[in-house]
Amino acid sequence: MIDLIWLIPLLPLVGFLVNGLGRNVLPKSLVGVVGCGVVLISFLLSCGVFSTIYTLRQAGESATFTQPVFDWIGAGSAQVSLSFLVDPLSAVMLLIVTGIGFLIHVYSIGYMQHDAGFAKFFAYLNLFIFFMLLLVLGSNYIVMFIGWEGVGLCSYLLIGFWFKNSSYASAAKKAFVMNRIGDLGFLIAVFAIFATFGTFEFAGIFPQAANMTMGDTTLLLITLLLFVAATGKSAQIPLFTWLPDAMAGPTPVSALIHAATMVTAGIYMIARSNILFTLSPITLQIVAAIGICTALLAAAIAVTQNDIKKVLAYSTVSQLGYMFLGLGVGAFTGAFFHVITHAFFKALLFLGAGSVIHAMSDEQDMRNMGGLKKHLPVTYLTMLIGTVAIAGIPPLSGFFSKDEILAHAFAHSKVLWVLGFMGALFTAFYMFRMLFLTFFGQFRGTSAQASHLHESPPTMTVPLVVLAVLAALGGFLNVPAALGGQHALANFLAPVFAESVEKVGEAHLEHSTEYVLMGISALAAIVMAVVAYRQYVSKAVVPVADDVPRSGLSRLSYRKFYVDELYDTLIVRPLNALSVFFYRKVDRGGIDGVVNGLGSATGESGKGIRLLQSGNVGFYIFMMVIAVVALLAYGVFNG
Amino acid sequence: MSIFYFVAFLSIFFALMTIFAKNPVHSVLYLVITFFTFTIHYILLNAQFLAIVNFIVYMGAIMVLFLFVLMLLNLNKDTEPLKSNLVKVMGVIAGMCLLVTLAGSFRVLQATGVDIVENTEIGLVGNLGKVLFSEFLLPFEISSILLLTAMVGAVLLAKNDPKNA
Amino acid sequence: METIVQEIQGVPLNHYILFCSLIFTIGVIGVLIRRNVIIIMMSIELMLNSVNLLLTAFSAHSGDPSGQVFVFFIMALAAAEVAVGLAIIVMVYRNTRSVDINALNRLRG
Repeated sequence: MIDLIWLIPLLPLVGFLVNGLGRNVLPKSLVGVVGCGVVLISFLLSCGVFSTIYTLRQAGESATFTQPVFDWIGAGSAQVSLSFLVDPLSAVMLLIVTGIGFLIHVYSIGYMQHDAGFAKFFAYLNLFIFFMLLLVLGSNYIVMFIGWEGVGLCSYLLIGFWFKNSSYASAAKKAFVMNRIGDLGFLIAVFAIFATFGTFEFAGIFPQAANMTMGDTTLLLITLLLFVAATGKSAQIPLFTWLPDAMAGPTPVSALIHAATMVTAGIYMIARSNILFTLSPITLQIVAAIGICTALLAAAIAVTQNDIKKVLAYSTVSQLGYMFLGLGVGAFTGAFFHVITHAFFKALLFLGAGSVIHAMSDEQDMRNMGGLKKHLPVTYLTMLIGTVAIAGIPPLSGFFSKDEILAHAFAHSKVLWVLGFMGALFTAFYMFRMLFLTFFGQFRGTSAQASHLHESPPTMTVPLVVLAVLAALGGFLNVPAALGGQHALANFLAPVFAESVEKVGEAHLEHSTEYVLMGISALAAIVMAVVAYRQYVSKAVVPVADDVPRSGLSRLSYRKFYVDELYDTLIVRPLNALSVFFYRKVDRGGIDGVVNGLGSATGESGKGIRLLQSGNVGFYIFMMVIAVVALLAYGVFNG
Repeated sequence: MSIFYFVAFLSIFFALMTIFAKNPVHSVLYLVITFFTFTIHYILLNAQFLAIVNFIVYMGAIMVLFLFVLMLLNLNKDTEPLKSNLVKVMGVIAGMCLLVTLAGSFRVLQATGVDIVENTEIGLVGNLGKVLFSEFLLPFEISSILLLTAMVGAVLLAKNDPKNA
Repeated sequence: METIVQEIQGVPLNHYILFCSLIFTIGVIGVLIRRNVIIIMMSIELMLNSVNLLLTAFSAHSGDPSGQVFVFFIMALAAAEVAVGLAIIVMVYRNTRSVDINALNRLRG
C-alpha cells in the first residue's frame, strides 16, 4: 500500500481535469460522482497507509517512508525531486484532508445543487485537495511550497467563486495578497535553509539541524521567516483580516479551506520543522505571544458579530491562535491534537451554518433567525454537539485538546495560562450566543423565509451526523495520563517530535495541578453557557440593528477593532499614492516622456531641417560654396 | 612679361563687368571680350591650337547661342529684379572666402614654379594632334558621341509637342 | 614668336594660379548674385574657362601635352552642356514665362 502513495494526490488531480474540462458537457450527477469518488478512493488509500504506519508504530518502529517519483530540478548542487514522505504526522493529516474533504464534497452536492457553476466548483475543490495533499506529502520544502502556493490559489478561486459580485472578488484578492506576503517569508526561509544546509529534503535538514546550538542566529532568522509564512496562511496577527472576508465564498469552501485544512497548513509546517523551532526559543516565544494575542483579539471581536459565518470565522482565527500558542509552549502534540479536533467540530459548525443558511433562503444575519430548532432538528442537534465541543466541555473532543494546550501553557508561564483561560471564556460565550440566537426563541425572519424552512436533504445532513460523532468522540484519541488514558496520539507521533523533546525535555505537571486546571476550565465553560442562556433565551435579548450607535468596547468589538481601517491607512493608501506617483511622474512623465520626446525631437528637428529645402537653387549653390570652402580649409590647414 | 599682367588685368576687369552689368545683353558682350583676353593668354602660352579653338567655339558658337536665346526670350531690357542686398553681400563674402582659401591653400602647399621649360612646341597643332590621336583616341571618339547626344537632346527638348501645343 | 614665348616664360606659375583663382571666384560670385538663369550659366562658363587656362599653364610649364588635350575635351563638353542647358531654359520659359531662378522652387520641402 505504501507504494501507492503517489496515487493519493494524483486522483484528485484527475478529478479536477475531468470535471474542469467537461464542465459544460457532463451531467451534474456524473460530476458529483467523479468529484466525490476520487476523494473517496484517496481516503481509502490513506486509510491503508495509515494502518501500515499504525502497525509499525505499535511494534515500536519509527515508520518513515520516502517515495521519490521523479527528479525535477538539477541545477548544480540544488537537487530537487518530486518525492513523497509518509510518517505518522503526514499519515494523520492525510486522513483528515481526505476524510473531511470527502464529507464536504458530499455535502456540496446538496448545497450547490442549484448553482450554474456546479462542475467548476467540484473541479476547484478537487484541485484544492490535490495541492493540499502535495503540501502534506512533500518530502522537501520545495514540494511543500508548491502545495502551499497551490492552496492559496485555490482559496482565491473558491472565495471568489461568485465572481460577478465585486465585493466577493475583492475579498478573494485580499486573501490572495495577504497569503502572498506570507509566501515571501516562506521563500526567503527556503533559500536560507538551502544556503545553510545545502539541501531541501527534510531527511537531510533535520539531522543536520539537530547538531546546531540552541539559539543559533541563522536558525532564528529561518524560523522567524517561516513563522511569517505561517501567519499569512493560518491567519494570525498581522495577516488575519483576510479570513473573515473569505466568508464571501460558498459555505462548503469555508468549511473545507478555512476551517479544516488550508489554515492548518501553517501549524503543519511548523510541526514538521519542529527541530528548527525548538532550537530558536526566541521564535517560540514570539509564536506563543502572537498566538495568544490573536486568540484574544478574535474572540473579542466574535462576541458582537451578527453574521453567523463571521462568528465562525473569528472563532477559527481564535482557535488557530490557540494552536500557535500550543506550538509556542512546546506542546507540539497538543497543538496537532487541537488541529484534528478543530477540524472535526469547525467543519461541523460551518456545514451546519450552511444548512441553516440554505433553509433560510440565503439569510445569514442571526438577528433574523430564531426558533429554528423545531424546523431543523438534525442541524440543531449536530450544531449543539459542535458548540459544546468547541466550548471545551468534557467529555467532548474540544475539552481534551484545549486542555492539553492550556496545561503546557501553565507549565511554561502562568500569564499565558490566564490569558488562554480568558479566551476560553469568550469562546464558550460567543459560541453559545450563536447557538441560542439561531435556534432558540421566536422566529424573527420574514414570512417568505418561514414558508421555505425545511431540513436539508440527506446529502447535507449525513456528513453533519458523521462529523458530530467524530467531534463527540475525537477526544479519546489522546486522553492524558492524568485521566487514566494512554496518550495514544502522543505516542503515535513521538518519532516526529523526538529530537525536540530531547532538547527541551517534557513538561511535567503534577496530576493534582492538572485536575485543578481541568476542573476550572470545564466549570468556566459551563458557567459562560449559562450566562449566554440567560441573556439570549431567558431575557430574549436580540442584538441591536446596525444603525443604532454602540458605545465603547461594544463598538470597538463590532467594528473589528478597526484593524482593516488601520491597514488601509497605513499600507493601502500610501501604496496607492506611491503607485499613482509612479504612474504619473515616472511612467507617463519620465519614461514615456523620454520615448515620446525622442520621437518628437526627431520630428521637430526634421521640421527644422526641412526648411533647408527651400527649392531655391541659389541657396543651394551658396551652401555648396560654403561647404567647399570649409572642406578645403579643413583639409589644407589641418589635415 | 608686362603683356601678361596687362592682359590679366583686362580679363579681370571685364569679368567683373560681366557679373555686375544690369542689362543681360551687355553681360553677354562683356563675356565675349573676356574670352578674347583668354585667347590672348593661350597664345602667350604658345597653345596655338587651343587659342584658335577657344576663339571659334566659345566666342563664335557658345556666346552666339547665348545671344540667340536672350533675343528669343526678349530679355534685352533689365526686366529682372535683383536679389536683396543681404543676399548679394553674403554671396560676395562667400566668394571672397573661397578666394582666400584657395590662395592660402596654394601658398601652404607651395606649388613650386617650374620656370625652365624644355619643350615649348607642344601647343602646336601637329604635336597636339599626335598626342590626341594616339593616347587619347578613345575619349576623342566618345566625345563625338557626346556631342551627338547633346544635339539630339537639345532638339528633343526644345521641340514643340504637337499634341499639347 | 619664340622670343615672345621666351619672354613670357619669365612669368612664374604662382601668378597664373592666382589669376585663375581670381577668375574662378568671380564666376562663383556671379552665380550667387544674379537671378537671371542665363547670366548664371554664363558665369559657369567663366569658371570653366579659368580652369582651362590653368590647365594650359601647367601643361606649358611642365611640357606635358595631356593638359592641353584635357582642355580640348573640356571645351567640347562645355559646348554640349550649353546646348542642352539653353534648351532646358527655353522649355522652362515656355512653361513659367520667367527666367528667374527664385520662381523655380517647386522642389520646396
